[in-house]
Amino acid sequence: MRKATWIRAIVLVAAIAALEIFCRVGIIPRITMIPPSTMVTSLFDLVRSGAITSDTLQTLTSVAIALGSAIAAGFVAGALLHALPRARRIVDPLLATYYSIPVFVFYPLFIAIFGLNAIPKTVIGFMYAVVAMVINTLNGLDRVPPVLWKTARVHHMGRVSTLADMVFPYAAAYLFTGVKLAVAYSFIGVIGSEFILSSGGIGYRISFAYYNFQNDVMYALILLVLTIVVTINMTLYYWERILMARRGER
Amino acid sequence: MNQVFEGLRGLLGRAAEILLLILILVTLWQVVHELAGAIAMTAPLDTFRYTARLVLSADFWPHVQVTGIAFFLALLIASAAGVVIGATLGLHRLSGEVGEPILVALYSIPKVTLYPIILMFFGLGLRAEVAFGALHGIVPIIILTMNAVRSIKPVYIRTASVLRLSSWQLLRSILVRAALPEIFTGLRVGFSVTLVGTLISEMFGSKRGLGFLLMRSLGVHDMDLIMAITLLLVMFAAISNSILMSIENRLYRRV
Repeated sequence: MRKATWIRAIVLVAAIAALEIFCRVGIIPRITMIPPSTMVTSLFDLVRSGAITSDTLQTLTSVAIALGSAIAAGFVAGALLHALPRARRIVDPLLATYYSIPVFVFYPLFIAIFGLNAIPKTVIGFMYAVVAMVINTLNGLDRVPPVLWKTARVHHMGRVSTLADMVFPYAAAYLFTGVKLAVAYSFIGVIGSEFILSSGGIGYRISFAYYNFQNDVMYALILLVLTIVVTINMTLYYWERILMARRGER
Repeated sequence: MNQVFEGLRGLLGRAAEILLLILILVTLWQVVHELAGAIAMTAPLDTFRYTARLVLSADFWPHVQVTGIAFFLALLIASAAGVVIGATLGLHRLSGEVGEPILVALYSIPKVTLYPIILMFFGLGLRAEVAFGALHGIVPIIILTMNAVRSIKPVYIRTASVLRLSSWQLLRSILVRAALPEIFTGLRVGFSVTLVGTLISEMFGSKRGLGFLLMRSLGVHDMDLIMAITLLLVMFAAISNSILMSIENRLYRRV
């Protein structure tokens, strides 16, 4: 693993260096792409000038609302479906095909319904994220061994205490997988919507910069999005591995 | 109530459950329509009628064709390249370990933000749409193929090297056969994700295709058309996914 980490670092650094050289030498023309180092300085300037602060906050707010409601609703729906096997059987085909449906095609519909504001993109973010949470909640609860439920009953634990002290800790690793996916999907939903058509947010600023040939701004913002999202996702990815390792699963 | 329900289930089986699900969804749709009004959401029956007329009209099919071609080419590239790269990473352990976190990161970023870069390199048009669709699809295909190949029993691969099979023979007669069900899962996921990519690219700055038609009808607030296209795309995605899933289940059972 150690060796792979080193090689990965070298590969990534080499790729960025190659890109830098290609851009500097002119193999990749400047109107197509600016050198990575310029992207970084341009991003610093943008952040310092405060020109993107409100759009960044707008995007993060939408993601936070979409994510929070998706986690809450997804967990509750998952727990309910787990408790009601008949309902689950009926909803099952929907869960199985849900992620094959291009959720973004609903975006124009939501704009027509809610207007061109923050609601449609938040709804898309929610729709993208919620089912991952439902599926992983079901997955987690399914794996709680029957002996735990029985033990809880033997000890006359109440419903709340059974969930809080037995089921939840056991299913935590799977719930975490749901949360991790929900984070990634809510970002994809919100920023994707902003990019296609919206009135604000980082995605909107990227498409605005594209249409106005502001390459420096566009690449800086792309770098910003990638940095934010990759940092959050990687943190969750490694945290999950620690959780799994603690449970002795990997 | 429960007994009645159980009796019904026994009689009508799985098909009835799926029908029931569809019925519930259409009812929900009708309720939303009643609450929100026809300006926000057209009624199911009206939408079905409009969709039928749309499917029969001549000026609808050129858009379907444009989207279809872009999607097909993107899927072709994503599948071929994805399986080959995935198999390579699966066979070579170290490369796999090096590549996996990068691929996972690539899977979870909003790839839409990369679309301007693709446009910069390819220009607006079919090539950019194909590239963007393929970019979406290739990552899950690589990841799932890699895991499929990794889980092949090592004895098969050692046998291949004893028999001095060429890498093409190894791919064709060992890897594809032993890992087929899981590779197929990758292709099924890749199918859906490529469709998303193709449609997004059409929704942004395109002049043809179903994604474009959606955005244009939003511009003129043609709710009938928005609802009809959304319905058709959702149906296409759900039906093709169900077909692919049933093939996949058959493959798993055979192994």
